[in-house]
Formats: sequence, C-alpha cells, structure tokens
Amino acid sequence: MQYTAAMPIDVAAEVIENRPLSTDYNVLALNAPAIAAAAAPGQFVMIKAGRSHDPLLRRPFSVFEVLRDHAGAATGLSILNKRIGVSTNLVYAAQRGQRIDCLGPLGRPFTIVDRPTDAWMVAGGVGLAPFAALAEALCARGVPATLFYGARSRAELFHLDYFRDLGVELVLTTEDGSLGERGRIVVPLDRRLGAHPPSSALMVYACGPEGMLAATARTATLHGRPCQVSVERVMGCGLGGCYSCVVPMRNEHGGFHHVRSCLAGPVLPGDQILWD
Amino acid sequence: MDLSVQIGALTLKNPLIAASGCFGYGVEYADAFDISTLGGVATKGLFLSEREGHPPPRIVETPAGMLNAIGLQGIGVHRFVDEKLPELRARNATVIVNVCGTSLDEYVEVSRVVSDAEGIAAIELNISCPNIKEGGIQFGCSLTGTFEVVSAVRKVTTLPLIPKLTPNVTDVASFARAAEDAGADAVSLVNTFLAMVIDVETRRPKLSNIVGGLSGPAIRPIAVRMVYECRQMVKIPVIGMGGIADARDALEFVIAGATAVQVGTANFVDPFIWPKLLAGITEYMQRHHVGRIGDLVGTVDTRAREQEWISS
Repeated sequence: MQYTAAMPIDVAAEVIENRPLSTDYNVLALNAPAIAAAAAPGQFVMIKAGRSHDPLLRRPFSVFEVLRDHAGAATGLSILNKRIGVSTNLVYAAQRGQRIDCLGPLGRPFTIVDRPTDAWMVAGGVGLAPFAALAEALCARGVPATLFYGARSRAELFHLDYFRDLGVELVLTTEDGSLGERGRIVVPLDRRLGAHPPSSALMVYACGPEGMLAATARTATLHGRPCQVSVERVMGCGLGGCYSCVVPMRNEHGGFHHVRSCLAGPVLPGDQILWD
Repeated sequence: MDLSVQIGALTLKNPLIAASGCFGYGVEYADAFDISTLGGVATKGLFLSEREGHPPPRIVETPAGMLNAIGLQGIGVHRFVDEKLPELRARNATVIVNVCGTSLDEYVEVSRVVSDAEGIAAIELNISCPNIKEGGIQFGCSLTGTFEVVSAVRKVTTLPLIPKLTPNVTDVASFARAAEDAGADAVSLVNTFLAMVIDVETRRPKLSNIVGGLSGPAIRPIAVRMVYECRQMVKIPVIGMGGIADARDALEFVIAGATAVQVGTANFVDPFIWPKLLAGITEYMQRHHVGRIGDLVGTVDTRAREQEWISS
C-alpha cells in the first residue's frame, strides 16, 4: 500500500518545548516541519495526546505559531492549549522529548485580505490560537491589523508583545477589569465598527466561545462587514469521515444544511451560520 | 501469500474493509492514500433522499471507545451515484454500498438503484443503525423483519448481499441464520451497542439524541464472541468488526470466524492504519506458515491454556 504525497501528513512529533503560560494554559512546540511548512493560517492539526486507547480520539488544535530557523524555513509548529479535560491535561503535562502524533494541516484556512482592506481579529480566551499565524501573514502583506482580545483576567491575556512587535493594534477586555476595558470583547468591537468609515474596506476574523462568535458575526453583519469565524466542534477524525463536527449553515431554500467543519471549515462565513 | 477472500461471488483483494459511517463516501480519503488498496470501502448509509441527521453534539468519547448518534446524515442514493461513484470508480475502489431504509419499499428501491448503477461490488444492508427511530432497527431486531427485508431485497439484486447485524439482541446468531435463510451472501457484524453518557454536573446527556452507539476497543471482546457464535450457526461468510485497532485485533476476528473484517473507529484515530494492518497480518502469516488468509478463518482452538498467557 503506497500513500500518495498529498496532504495530510501524520508524524510522531517530538515535543521541542512545553511553555506553561498559566495554571491552565500552555504552548506546546512540536517538531513537525513538513506540516508547519504546508500550514496556512486558520488550519488545524489533530493531536493524539496519549499513546493508549484512553483517551482514544485525537483532538483538533489550531496551528498557533509556525516556528522557523534563522533562514526562515519552518522547523515546527506550536499549539495553544487550555486544560479542560483528559486530553488537554495530557497536552498540558507533555514532556520535552516525548512524541505526540500530529496529523495535518487540515481544514479550510482564513482568506487573507490585501491592502487597502483593514483586518480586525477578534479573539476570546483560547480563541487566540489561530491569530498569531494570521497576524504574521497580514503584517507581511502590510495590511493594517487590529486584535480585539478578551479574557477572564489580565493573567489570561497572552502573547501581547508578540502582536505589538508585529505592529498589531491591541484592543483588550477582561471580565474582571484587570486589564483593558471591563466586559465582553464585542462591546468595543461594536463601537469601533460603528465609527469605522463605510468607505474603508474591512474584514473581521473571529475565534472563541460560541456566544462570542455569534455576537461578533451578528454585529459585523449589522455593520455590513464580512466576518470569517473559526468554529470549534467535537471532532472525531478531522478528515470528513465521521460527520460529527457539523455546523448548520443556511441554504438557498430558507432552511439549513449540516456542513462538516473539518472540510468546509473550521473557517466559515459568519453570516451563513445558523446560530442558536 | 494469498490475502484475497471470497464473499459470495465477490473476491476482495484483502480482508480489510473500511466500515460504513467511518469513511465518509470514500472520496474523502482518496487524496490521502490509494483507496484501491483496500479490500473494500463501505460507504456511509444511503437512503433514497438526503437527510440532515441529528443536531450536534453527535459523538462523545468514553473509556477506550466512543458513542455516536450521527443520525445517518447523507446525500441519498441518487446523488451518491451521480457525484461520488464516478470518482470511486476512477480510483478503482471496491465499493460496498450501505443501503438504508425507513420502510421495506425504501430498502428495495435503494437496492434497485444501486444494482442498476455500474461499478458497485456489493450491498451492505443496514438493518442495525441504533440511532434513528424509523426503519432499520425495527427490521434488525425482529427475526421475521430480518427475513422479510433480506428476502425482498434479494429479489431485486444479484449483487452480493450483506445484511449488517445489530448486537442489541439476545441471540445475534439466530439473526445471522434468518439472513442466510432469506438468501444473504454474507453477514457483517457488529453494528454499535446502544449506550448513554450523562454529564453529572449538568445532568444532561452528552449527545443530542440522548443515546448513541458505542464503538471502539471497548466493545471488541463482545464483538469477537458474537462473530464466533455466528460462525457456528451459518455457512455464509461472516464479516467481523468491533474495536479493531491493530493487526492482532483483526486476526482475532479472523480466527474467531470472520472471512473479512471492517475497521471504523480506529480509522478516525489513524487514517493511515491500513498498510500497518496489512503488514501485521502478513508478518503473522509468515511466522505461522499460513499461505492463504482463508485458511485461518474460524481456526480457533477452543482448549484454553492458562500458562500460555498468564504473564503476558
């Protein structure tokens, strides 16, 4: 049995580094250069956190950073992880040198805009994950980029200097008011959308909790702005085989159709999703 | 070394079949690897018309397993023939179409459409999906229902006919016998075990359908037992499945009595599992001087010896 050279690639990737960001968050760097070189911003990898049948399934993670050597060649990738269950606890506790199965790159990436369109990224919590790579791509094209980033508290707003160094403008909110504006990130987003000149083109990108995505898509649509959202669903395989990760999308008959977020997404047009 | 197996008039190049509902329509995997190297590809279940299936959440993981309640989302048999079959044929896949129905008439009609299409190798008759109320399981959980639906489909197709049996019955072997009596060329088993998972914090089920079908390594010993029982009961080939995750698991089913095996959940974990399974089976056959995989089918030696595995 010969596999073709086509995507995706599965590697038992060595853990290069496990960088804890807090008691819940970490960044796991994996030696997967072929996947990293092929990955586009918004794509994901399927990670098998343990070696046994328990947990059994892989978990999807956005490609966070593409790691590069001095010559700019991809050497690996990282994922942003938040501990919420068995697999994410294993990812949090992974040791340097350990091997972790990593399959990718998978899914439909963000459509990256060009000047003179402005790019606004909207992140909630661990939804920051796809925006490090996207910000890098936007800034390489000279697209003016803003990151709207909300979290529970100051301690859970990560990588701010990374975005600042790229020249990304930051708009921050925390639920406890410990940094930036107190409250939800859609509040300043909505305000800024209202103040943005209609003649100036704008693309909104969003990733985060479902309620935040729905609110972001809604306000973007109300202001007449396109919005690409990266959704997260319970995903069995990542390749279109299991039909578990579906999202209801409006169809032309006024009804809906379940699309697989692993193939049609994870990046989907926010105005076409049938939000609850 | 001969890996080919015979299912009725159909020869499979090897005993590995991608299980229905776990491999999309097969085309999803066609860019990742050469799907013609599989013994067969069992498609997602097909009704006459399109279905949207259940709302999410549709799967939940359990110890060494998972529950699913997809609800047989699918494009319907006509769109399958028009949109998917040409690519499967171009890729030289051995296509086994999983036929569903909400009534006897629908099973017959879908089977007719499948039989009229060019390039389909066999029909797997899905009388065992635990996740939809209408059809399927009402045939699969009744001996007379099983006999009637298999008989009716038998009349309209000359394709190898493989009813897929549910394990959610007291005596699955009697259902294999009913299928054989009705003219089936083989039976495949097991479909998933009806199961339930509750989030104790919220007291909500973890599936929108409340219940779902358990698959994965957790069910393997039960499935092996059922394959073993069916092998004793019927003369037609038994296609075994349920939690196969490596070559030894596949061989266990073969030795229990499976002429071919299907792999489903493990393909989610490792889409590149197929050549590993074949390599492991080949290595075993060499080591045990088995020239034909068919010679291994049902060769279980029922005299257990504790000292052979006590320290394993």
